[in-house]
Amino acid sequence: MSIREKQEAITEEFAMFDDWMDKYNYLIELGKELEPLDPRYKTKKYLISGCQSQVWLIARLEDGKMVLQGDSDAVITKGIVGLFIRVYSGETPHDVYADDASFLDHIGIREHLSPTRSNGLVSMLKQIKLYALAFKTRQQKKE
Amino acid sequence: MNKGINNIRNRFPILDQQVNNRPLVYLDNAATTQKPDTVIRAVSRYYETTNSNVHRGVHTLSQNATQAFENSRKAIQHYINAAHGHEIIFTRGTTESINLVAFSFGERYVNAGDEILITGMEHHSNIVPWQMLAERKSAILKVLPVTPAGELRMDKLDSLITNKTRILAVTHVSNALGTINPVREIIQKAHARDVPVLIDGAQAMPHLKVDVQDLDADFYCFSAHKMYGPTGIGALYGKEKYLEEMPPWQGGGEMIQEVSFQKTTYNQLPYKFEAGTPHMGGVAGLEAAISFLASQEEPLFQQTERELLQYATRRLEAIPGLVIYGRAQNKSPVISFLIKDIHPFDAGTILNQLGIAVRTGHHCTQPLMKTLGIPGTLRASFAIYNTKEEIDQLAAGIEQAKKMLL
Repeated sequence: MSIREKQEAITEEFAMFDDWMDKYNYLIELGKELEPLDPRYKTKKYLISGCQSQVWLIARLEDGKMVLQGDSDAVITKGIVGLFIRVYSGETPHDVYADDASFLDHIGIREHLSPTRSNGLVSMLKQIKLYALAFKTRQQKKE
Repeated sequence: MNKGINNIRNRFPILDQQVNNRPLVYLDNAATTQKPDTVIRAVSRYYETTNSNVHRGVHTLSQNATQAFENSRKAIQHYINAAHGHEIIFTRGTTESINLVAFSFGERYVNAGDEILITGMEHHSNIVPWQMLAERKSAILKVLPVTPAGELRMDKLDSLITNKTRILAVTHVSNALGTINPVREIIQKAHARDVPVLIDGAQAMPHLKVDVQDLDADFYCFSAHKMYGPTGIGALYGKEKYLEEMPPWQGGGEMIQEVSFQKTTYNQLPYKFEAGTPHMGGVAGLEAAISFLASQEEPLFQQTERELLQYATRRLEAIPGLVIYGRAQNKSPVISFLIKDIHPFDAGTILNQLGIAVRTGHHCTQPLMKTLGIPGTLRASFAIYNTKEEIDQLAAGIEQAKKMLL
């Protein structure tokens, strides 16, 4: 499934919910289901500090594809971390870097992305892109 | 609901709206209060009828604007019972007032090796300006500790004031916990050792009737927007004897007497500290906010807020797993709390979906949160227009959040 197709699938899933409560219940469920990050990665090095909740994000390159792992101390944020991982993990750095994360507009959780005092989501997306750029540059050097 | 309070509520147009398809329940008043009709009208009336630059023009509008501006200064002087009008300096708010003193008092009175005493429950705006001063002057910042209940360790005060202490800065009311500090006693103890005291009054002015002479405060700082007035305006009260000695801190128009390229002489108080065109519309709104507060029947006002705090404390305490932080004997209507196993951000997000506005996070008091051993809290803070029904909705919202998140 491409990044685009995964985002469309997520948008469809969220469209099924009639009210906000179901939507948030789903995010909370995703948060609870997300495999917790190994505590040894929950360090300052991997911390993306938003004002409100802590988010850790790590990335590695496997066979030319990015593998993302993440966690948060707030469960709704963790659910959103899970969405990011679902969309971008297993994709090439090139595709990840080029994507505009438009699904966030479509699923109605954009209020999480207010630039200030939010939960670090803007920083999260930025960090994913930075990882992608670093991997992309490394790949280009090898070629 | 108390009929008088119902009438007050009708004077705040912003409260009558839906948020996320629910009636707004605004419980973030310690961050900023909403504005009554008279304040909103005073600001727009200023621009509709009076606007002109103050203290400059010979023309009628400028004279009217100047008169209105100086009347507002007098209204503040009378409201807080300052001895002189020129002891009221208009600033952008509490933060700027503290920065002005830290800079200007610091320039005049603080030298290498001197000590500045603050407390462990200060807002960052009553920490950082003093740290900057300490760094600039190689002075030492000392901190009066806080008890687990969120009260100042008054037993440590005497030993922390030394013959090197140049100023003591303390908040009147804690923004994060609601603790009302015994500032009169603190000032007495400091004065006994010839140490002047700056009071951060941002959270006190909306709830308490402040008399700066009765307190004998040397500096008292506040913001209009936390006391039903407009944003971007506030004041510094300072005793004449200090303000006269302190050098200006910003240069520009209005603060000068005579300017030449060789030497500039400075204007008298209060203009020495008011460089540039001031926030005249805000000053008009601040005067209306003072009138609003002054027109409230004080016992009823305080009783209403006390009842809100008591009712909210009782309702929230009854929720299993909820812990209230800040158990001071003497508290303003603020409740900081956490719910077991729930991140405050998650709970705040669900409450927002229910139309309930609370604050989540460290409330710009990271050192205090560290002392309490928590990353932050949820904070519900009440104003005169809040109702018990809204507190019921908050309690129901917390139950809902628990159901969803646990």
